[in-house]
Amino acid sequence: MTQKKVCYLLTFIAYFGMPLGVPFIKSAEPYILGLPFLLFWMVLWIFLGTGLMIIVHRINPDAEEEVE
Amino acid sequence: MIISVGIIVIFLVIALFLGITASRGKDMSLEQWSVGGRGFGSIFIFLLMAGEIYTTNAFLGVSGWMYGKGGVAFYNIAMLNYVIAYWLTPKIWAYGKKHSLLSQSDFFEKAYNSRFLGMLVAVVGLAALIPYLIIQLKGLGIIVSEASYGAIDPKITIWIGTIAMIAYVMVSGIHGSAWTAVMKDFLILGVVLFLGIYLPIHYYGGIQAMWEAIEVVKPGFLTLPDTGFSASWYISTMMLTSLGFYMWPHTFVATFSAKNGNALRKNAIMLPIYALFLLFILFVGAAAILQVPGLEGGAVDLALFKISTQTFNPVIVGFIGAAGLLTAIVPGSLILMSAATLFAKNVVKPIRPQTTDQQIGIIARYSVPVIALVALYFTFSGGGAITLLFLMGYGLVTQFVPAVVCSFMKKNPLTLQGVFAGVIVGVTIVGWQAATGVHLSKLFPSWPSYIQDINIGFLALSVNVFVSLMVSIFTRKVFVKNDETIESI
Repeated sequence: MTQKKVCYLLTFIAYFGMPLGVPFIKSAEPYILGLPFLLFWMVLWIFLGTGLMIIVHRINPDAEEEVE
Repeated sequence: MIISVGIIVIFLVIALFLGITASRGKDMSLEQWSVGGRGFGSIFIFLLMAGEIYTTNAFLGVSGWMYGKGGVAFYNIAMLNYVIAYWLTPKIWAYGKKHSLLSQSDFFEKAYNSRFLGMLVAVVGLAALIPYLIIQLKGLGIIVSEASYGAIDPKITIWIGTIAMIAYVMVSGIHGSAWTAVMKDFLILGVVLFLGIYLPIHYYGGIQAMWEAIEVVKPGFLTLPDTGFSASWYISTMMLTSLGFYMWPHTFVATFSAKNGNALRKNAIMLPIYALFLLFILFVGAAAILQVPGLEGGAVDLALFKISTQTFNPVIVGFIGAAGLLTAIVPGSLILMSAATLFAKNVVKPIRPQTTDQQIGIIARYSVPVIALVALYFTFSGGGAITLLFLMGYGLVTQFVPAVVCSFMKKNPLTLQGVFAGVIVGVTIVGWQAATGVHLSKLFPSWPSYIQDINIGFLALSVNVFVSLMVSIFTRKVFVKNDETIESI
């Protein structure tokens, strides 16, 4: 049950992490990896979010039940 | 011109061949035709779903938005839908498998035990699908006519593309879409990577140099404006599309074709990385800002092709055109098939319950050309209102979210009446806004702009949730002594 809660918490972070930062980005600078900051922020969260969901999938008890 | 068109034609023929031979050796019952016998593994499902990302809308629309609106277009690469998909799609799949469901309406009909709800969902779904199909057809016309340097009338291409689509959808159903999706995705990734890297380096000497050059000419273009398409619009639109992505009748149905729930979970995790290639489409749109200036209004959609024809020889333009052609006909065929299945199973069947399943299969197949012709009619007669209709489509399908999510709860808080009321209210708000074009700042001028800028579909969804809950509480009280009354209505 606690495993499930960790899953939900990580999912929550993966979903809201990126939108929460958006209102604070007021300038194209600093450029990171050649991208304007807003675009970099989006790309960063694609990787962070995917990483979080991979962890979720590893520990998600539902996912194990269906392995053939 | 002959070279570029020749390349496009070759790809069209290959797509047709793949689509038509895909069904060989399978008996095409309605279940095979529309959900591939529920036997698709991770990779195939992935390609079908991902096909939904790389449509004409991504190819022309995202680059056009980058060109015309700047930083606002960045939201396109953030596919928050995968987070929701991870939890929701395996549940939809399991329910679909348990009850042998073939369409989105079947799901509602079963979950809320009401044919009428199934019909309402089918009608709303069709209302959202037709404009989506029109977008693909319009895109098809633009792509081929631009790739032929204006020599081919868009109308002719739209006709040919539509006929090709009808042919392989009728013969192969979802198998045709899956195979052409494989080819499409390889081609589009190649083209997008090439253009997105080559153009910034060719014209600006590098990717960061390109952004800096844009910032000099148009200061502030790469961030969000304070009003209008502001941070609140940006965030609410991201959330709306993340909720709506799997609520389209065709994406909903695509989950049914999975072999198991884990195929869908893995698919969800991989999706955002795949969507990352949209980044390169943004680069193309950005490169066009200073190189082909002056495109206004609907013409921004031409940005990708204008800069391509200006930069490359006809061979490369031909490949770009072929990729564009496939981004239109692959999603287009999936949309067409879902619309046909919806129509036969959830509109015709409830009206004429004595129709046999075999007849339904035949009706579904033969309604394909009819639906295609309806879309063709609107494609040729409609003007600039198409984009409005598309946004309306997303707003419409998102209204299904509360009913779907609640149906998976241990004790569903919503009653049938609640769902009916909520969906109708939500759909009405979206439709009314699209028809009148009213913006919240006009209705409530005193409200702060961060509320005024919220995407209307998102607001409609909030009202929908509120109404559904209120009506559900009310109907529970009224029918509390006779639970069967609720179920049988």
